[in-house]
Amino acid sequence: MKPRLTTALAATLALGLGLSSPAAAQDAILNVSYDIARELFAELNPVFAQKWQADTGRSVTIDQSHAGSSKQARAILEGLPADVVTFNQVTDIDVLAEGGMVDENWREAFPNGASPYYSLPAFLVREGNPKNIDDWDDLAQDGVQVIFPNPKTSGNARYTYLAAYAYALDKNNGDQAAAQAFVKSIFDNVPVFDQGGRAATATFAERGIGDVLITFEAETGGIARQYADADLERVTPSMSILAEFPVAIVTENAESKGTAEVAKAYLDFLYSPEAQRILAQNFNRVPDEAITAEFAGNFPEVRLVTVEEVFGGWDKVQEEHFAEGGILDSVFVNQ
Amino acid sequence: MNAMTSGSARPGRHVPLLLIALAITLTAVVVAVPLVYILWRALSEGFAVFAQNILAPDTLHAIWLTTLVAVITLPVNLAVGIAAAWLIARFTFPGRKALLTLIELPFSISPIIAGVCYLLLYGRQGLLGPALAEADVTVLFALPGIVMVTLFVTSPFVTREVLPLMQAQGSEQEQAALTLGATGWQVFRRVTLPNIRWALLYGAVLATARAVGEFGAVSVVSGAIRGQTNTLPLQVELLFNDLNTVGAFAAASTLTVIALIVLVVKTLVEGRART
Repeated sequence: MKPRLTTALAATLALGLGLSSPAAAQDAILNVSYDIARELFAELNPVFAQKWQADTGRSVTIDQSHAGSSKQARAILEGLPADVVTFNQVTDIDVLAEGGMVDENWREAFPNGASPYYSLPAFLVREGNPKNIDDWDDLAQDGVQVIFPNPKTSGNARYTYLAAYAYALDKNNGDQAAAQAFVKSIFDNVPVFDQGGRAATATFAERGIGDVLITFEAETGGIARQYADADLERVTPSMSILAEFPVAIVTENAESKGTAEVAKAYLDFLYSPEAQRILAQNFNRVPDEAITAEFAGNFPEVRLVTVEEVFGGWDKVQEEHFAEGGILDSVFVNQ
Repeated sequence: MNAMTSGSARPGRHVPLLLIALAITLTAVVVAVPLVYILWRALSEGFAVFAQNILAPDTLHAIWLTTLVAVITLPVNLAVGIAAAWLIARFTFPGRKALLTLIELPFSISPIIAGVCYLLLYGRQGLLGPALAEADVTVLFALPGIVMVTLFVTSPFVTREVLPLMQAQGSEQEQAALTLGATGWQVFRRVTLPNIRWALLYGAVLATARAVGEFGAVSVVSGAIRGQTNTLPLQVELLFNDLNTVGAFAAASTLTVIALIVLVVKTLVEGRART
């Protein structure tokens, strides 16, 4: 019994060591990213590695870490050795800037407010769009079931809330009470609030509940592809709110590890036509005009407003809308 | 028909049947169906796709890392568990009850709290963080951190299994061995260990199962770097978040298979322990 067990352990160990032998590489950076970007960067990274090899003659390994971006920011503050961050929340990079990990003026370090791509809350409806859902108004109608996650736990749903609110404000000439009533009538049409975007997707696509799923436009393409046999259709409303995907060099780590140069090249690469094309193929909107024209079919015209314009910035939104007892609490009664 | 008419027999016969039916239904809905469903979904696009998902470098590395963590934590758990059980069973000393409570503490606190404690203690902004950074020692977001939190959550198992047995058996045999001139090591090898071996193995199996499956605590300290610090449970979540359902279920089925093997070992051990 005893010796056999030991042999088995040794064999497992040997097998594992064989598998884990690291690839030899001259440069290595760690890209700490949000939870659902794995396949996107799995597509982007080899292209960059090739380019870096061609430009400098050095090989580069790009390691990826994916989790909720607030959790990632916290981990970096506690020592996760990120060289670059690619997040889906501006506020999470601000946290890093406050903690001294990222340059204070990080938004000026790269074009387009350091956001190489962006998206917006959009809709996914059932085959043939039987309930004729084209815009936010249609979501407030009686008899329409709307699916999005709980805005208390999901950043994705907060964008949905803000987009609906901004639309109603615009329509009612800035009347706050009317906007709140409008958002409340949409919330009343939600049969179940899931924890996060993925669970809401499962509710809509796998359990077949609801007439419309609201999530980032960048997500709707992937979901439609994943559940191809359901023939879900993408719908972009007339107006929505800008959701940025900001990037930054984690200067503190990059300088001590001597990776600042490759980190900068990596983030610059995200703005190059090759990278912008990959981003657009994955249904992210990009600032590059030529690429946008190339994928015009993926990106219907939409009027985008920003959190700064409509709500006076994230701090104010947090305080007025999302804080305990804020406006969100008055329109959202969790069933 | 006869049974129907004799009123007194009815409740006595139907209640147990009803309860059995309820138990079977619950077991099926809560345990069996999800387990079968995992395997079914993992294989839904054919065995080739399943194998390809399992053999994806990141998933393979996650399997290896999870195995490594289990292999490192097991001997530590065995040694510390036996030592603690022996200390508590054979000696009376001030603080004995407190020590027992301390050993059981990881059972009662949520693993995520363990993870956060480690973060606050060993993190860059934590109590020991600056000193560790000075000494160039990496604990968090690397193997040491993962092993340490896994040890934290698995530490009570061996002691919990071995201690009651040691207490029940008493120390007569060990004392007899000592009077016959055995050394401490001989007593341990020839008397103590054979007496507790099944309980020890049982504890080891439980601790290993927990080490392999631990999610919450590891999730906090791992940093989830793919191909480096992503354990199998974290990999399952990652693949699921990617809408890679087959990949997620393939990874999950690997975990399930490990769990089933552990379960079979446990059942065998229980059988042996009773005889």
